[in-house]
Amino acid sequence: MEHIRTPKVENVHMIDRLTPRKSTVGTLYLSSTHTIFVENSEARKETWVLHSLVYNVERFPTNPSGSPLIIRCKNFHVYRLLIPQERDCLDVLASLTRLSRPECYGELFCFSFNPNLDKELREKAWGFIDLKAEFNRMGIPSNLWHVTAANHEYRLCDTYPSELFVPKSAFPAVIVGSAKFRSRGRLPVLSYFHRDTSASICRSSQPLSGFSARSSDDEQMLQAIMKSNPISEFMYVVDTRPKLNAMANRAAGKGYENEDHYTNIKLQFIGIENIHVMRNSQQKLIDVGELAAPSMSDFLWGLENSGWLKHIKAVLDAGVFIAKAVAEDGVSVLVHCSDGWDRTAQACSVASVLLDPYYRTIKGLMVLIEKDWVSFGHKFSHRYAHLDGDPKEVSPVMDQFLECVWQLMQQFPCAFEFNERFLIQLHTHIYSCQYGNFIGNCQKERRDLRLQERTHSLWPHLWENRAEYTNPLYRTDHSQTQGVLKPLTTAYCFKFWKGMYGRAEKSVASHQSPADCLNAVREESQQLEEELSAHQERLAQLKEKKTSGGRKKTNKLSERVRRPIPTESKLSSPLDYFTTTRSEKHTPSFTLPLELAAPPKNGDPDDLSTCSDFESGVADLSSRSSFFFFFFFTCNSEKI
Amino acid sequence: MEFAELIKTPRVDGVDLHRPFMPTVEGTLCLTGHHLILSSRQDNTEELWLLHANIDSIEKRFVGSLGTIIVKCKDLRVIQLDIPGMEECLNIASSIEALSTLDSVSLMYPFFYRPLFEVIEDGWQLFVPEEAFKDLESMTDEWRLSEVNKDFSVCPSYPSLLTVPKDIDDESLCKAASFRHGGRFPVLSYYHKKNGMVMMRAAQPLTGTNGRRCKEDEKLINATLCAGKRGYIIDTRTIAVAQQAKARGGGFEQEANYPQWRRIHKAIERSNVLQDSLIKLVEACNDQSHSMDRWLSKLEASNWQSNVKEILTTACLAAQCIDREGASVLVHGTEGTDSTLQVTSLAQIILDPACRTIRGFEVLIEREWLQAGHPFQQRCAQSAYSNGKPRSEAPVFLLFLDCVWQILRQFPCSFQFNENLLIMFFEHAYASQFGTFLGNCVAERVKLQLSQKTVSLWSWVNRPQELERFLNPLYEPNNLVIWPSVAPQSLLLWEGVFLRWNRSTKCLDEACQEMVHIIEYNKELQNKVNSLRRQLAQLETEESPLQTP
Repeated sequence: MEHIRTPKVENVHMIDRLTPRKSTVGTLYLSSTHTIFVENSEARKETWVLHSLVYNVERFPTNPSGSPLIIRCKNFHVYRLLIPQERDCLDVLASLTRLSRPECYGELFCFSFNPNLDKELREKAWGFIDLKAEFNRMGIPSNLWHVTAANHEYRLCDTYPSELFVPKSAFPAVIVGSAKFRSRGRLPVLSYFHRDTSASICRSSQPLSGFSARSSDDEQMLQAIMKSNPISEFMYVVDTRPKLNAMANRAAGKGYENEDHYTNIKLQFIGIENIHVMRNSQQKLIDVGELAAPSMSDFLWGLENSGWLKHIKAVLDAGVFIAKAVAEDGVSVLVHCSDGWDRTAQACSVASVLLDPYYRTIKGLMVLIEKDWVSFGHKFSHRYAHLDGDPKEVSPVMDQFLECVWQLMQQFPCAFEFNERFLIQLHTHIYSCQYGNFIGNCQKERRDLRLQERTHSLWPHLWENRAEYTNPLYRTDHSQTQGVLKPLTTAYCFKFWKGMYGRAEKSVASHQSPADCLNAVREESQQLEEELSAHQERLAQLKEKKTSGGRKKTNKLSERVRRPIPTESKLSSPLDYFTTTRSEKHTPSFTLPLELAAPPKNGDPDDLSTCSDFESGVADLSSRSSFFFFFFFTCNSEKI
Repeated sequence: MEFAELIKTPRVDGVDLHRPFMPTVEGTLCLTGHHLILSSRQDNTEELWLLHANIDSIEKRFVGSLGTIIVKCKDLRVIQLDIPGMEECLNIASSIEALSTLDSVSLMYPFFYRPLFEVIEDGWQLFVPEEAFKDLESMTDEWRLSEVNKDFSVCPSYPSLLTVPKDIDDESLCKAASFRHGGRFPVLSYYHKKNGMVMMRAAQPLTGTNGRRCKEDEKLINATLCAGKRGYIIDTRTIAVAQQAKARGGGFEQEANYPQWRRIHKAIERSNVLQDSLIKLVEACNDQSHSMDRWLSKLEASNWQSNVKEILTTACLAAQCIDREGASVLVHGTEGTDSTLQVTSLAQIILDPACRTIRGFEVLIEREWLQAGHPFQQRCAQSAYSNGKPRSEAPVFLLFLDCVWQILRQFPCSFQFNENLLIMFFEHAYASQFGTFLGNCVAERVKLQLSQKTVSLWSWVNRPQELERFLNPLYEPNNLVIWPSVAPQSLLLWEGVFLRWNRSTKCLDEACQEMVHIIEYNKELQNKVNSLRRQLAQLETEESPLQTP
């Protein structure tokens, strides 16, 4: 609380950049966990913004109508406020800046978040995802693979899970020796086992090969992995880095496997760029989304210039290569990058999604994230800036994985049990620090933080609300659901993820969503099914009574809930197509529309171009409007 | 002329047909007067049946005595035929070239095509101006149907019946016509029932450099304004282009002469620019080796998406003036046959729910494109693979369909039809067995006697068996104005047309089937429940007399 300089500011304007006329006046509250904006309107609509989701807060010079303040969130929401008094604005700025940059884990929201779950339920919730069961599902342990206790108490590798699956034929000495020859001790271990072909995906960090070093233990380790796939005569080593980067690492005593030293391996470089390139790329992409009234050229040029889709393609290509090797060629693959916790996690998990239909279900994706990301030491707290720390450690690694899944959903609309909303919700929670799942950088750290005792798990919460995250087109017996996905990765198959990056505005145009319509229809069908059986039962009763001459029970026919019919009132405010595109090249401009009134009706038409609500929010739709959910961070159950 | 003269080799055996995403077929190639046919000899089933009119261009290649013809179609498909024998290959190639570029309209396939289906409802009667006028009359008495153009002498590109303000007589219309490019004087395009505002369209006024004016023209358009109200003139050209037009006798409405009108200039490209844009886009889409950077930069350089955005924005603006500003609108560009029609027809789709039904959309195309004199035959003579000197071809209609697709994608529950209908219209505009899109205006069609000698596309589409393919399962009629987003990130590449032959659509098709399945199941359940309810209600009323003694 000591960081809050002013808990409440009145007469604050929440400005909608695209439709300034939709701006609202209200009161801004600062709590220890949230910024809350309550509209003065009748509905008293509330907007809650978690401090831990705030990416940055920026103040603009005070002008006659007040002090503008922009709050940018890590989930790409942007809130534009106009605060009447400069002093208040400065206080809010200072408070939010401090509150959004916690300095130690103890300050994180998850340690104060309390959804009123008793101790027993909380513990049970943490057991919701069971990785041992997941390996069992794959058929592990088997006669060729088993669990090793080598990393008990994290003595071999402090960023790996304590339980590791390795080939049975790898002796403990080989395991220890291999770990010594790998960066940060991250030795090759099993990530995914493909039952159909017995080929496996293993993962590690780069070998400490330098220009000439070798380790017979590490060579034996790879040999053991290859041999654990009886039908194959070689294995791939996929180095997900660009070859140049891998070579540069040799000078630092690291690098990649020398094919002369390892028998029967084929080395393959994929060329996914490092975390710094990705961070800059995403920033450019976000800037594109924030352009005011961009022309088509501005947009496409910005998209190209960001390089983002190129990187997404590289990650997906890596997954496709691995999946093909495992499923079609029946060849095992060892995947690594430098440390084996970013690009490796991306490549392994994308390949797993392609290979195994289970990972395309709601529960399956949770399991996959828990396995390939959480347990294998993806540095969540560093990458997603949970604490105020080194900005160079921050990078949208997980964002890219989720986007790869989204791109796949575009090509295979029936193959995934979950919908876009699920991915976006996951994305938000990776950053939000509301649940304990993604706190810390590895299993050991999480254990030391006693997260399971002190925080709650996200997974059961998502699972309970799975109806919201279900893709209506998914059917377990559908042919698209089965087998291995073989996506096309030609450049034109990749799209800008509007649902993720196009929501810098408070009011996202809520056009009709086929998925929401279909979900509503499916829900209705379910009601109908129930009604049908109730009627059938009643009919049978009546007939029976009729024959036995029994007396009628008063039983009103239940009226089914009809889908509401669209009305004029659902139309939102008018829009403006008067604007001619401003073609200021590639400079994200911020213009605060201070005149909130409608454009002059009797002026010269060319002057009507002052506002630019291109993205109209008129939703005609929604005969099924009750099924529209907005992604503001306002879930009632999550308020404190 | 006999087709036989053009067909030097009517039949070649052992030809290999290569198509994307399909296995190679070996078979016999046959040329007829209107078709290129390839059937495999094994089971004698039809493998390819291609209208010569659909062929945009061909390329020949030889490796030894094996010739290869690459056939590039107007629907953007590219197929390859491997023909053994150099002479045969050359003969086939020259025949295809001759047959696909026939000059005479009366030699086109629609004049030879005999339908295999029974015509239940004659598509040539789909749109009857008199009946449309009756509807209008029931809402307002301020308009009349004029026969001033009954012999197409006042305006050769207009139909014979035109809706004009009641107070303007035919003589004034003739004078106004002489003041507008091609005689295209302002006529009614759309009446907005909700507030009585109208949209008119015309060609540019012939003001020239010395600022000519025409009292009748001024009176004509002022007659559409309510007292004290002002209207908008939407000129689809930039102010600079409109200024330049003065030098060639054209121009725009001067404020001084049209004080009740506010002029807005937009920047929809001229047809030759659009053709260039299409060629570049299709070239970009067909190269699968492009890196991401190259693809995005080629997509941007084609300017296609910019054109879509500009047209859609202008249409939204027109709709906004009418629905939100409560003002009447006059739309024109230069000739009033291209960008003008894109804008007026799209504005109607935004404003008028009727245009979002299948029949309403057909009527819209009939009224705002065919009857309004969009020169289909000239514009659709060549498509994206034309390598000759460009004449007057341009994808004006395709851009309109693309814009409709963008709106459809943003409002998937508001249209009775699906994407397939739009793609089908694109195909038939460029090559068809039906006479609907032949000719450049009503006068030409009358002269060609199309309604007697050819079958209308609508006769075929409107058969229940065919309609099924074009129905949108998500459709729920609503009476609202739909405002599409024109932000660049909301406008997508129309994959159904531009990537149609470059990827497999199996998974997407399955998704559509799944949608249909979900909706059908729901309907089935509703019917069951309703019938049970009736039964129950009946039983309960039968029973109730027993209760009352």
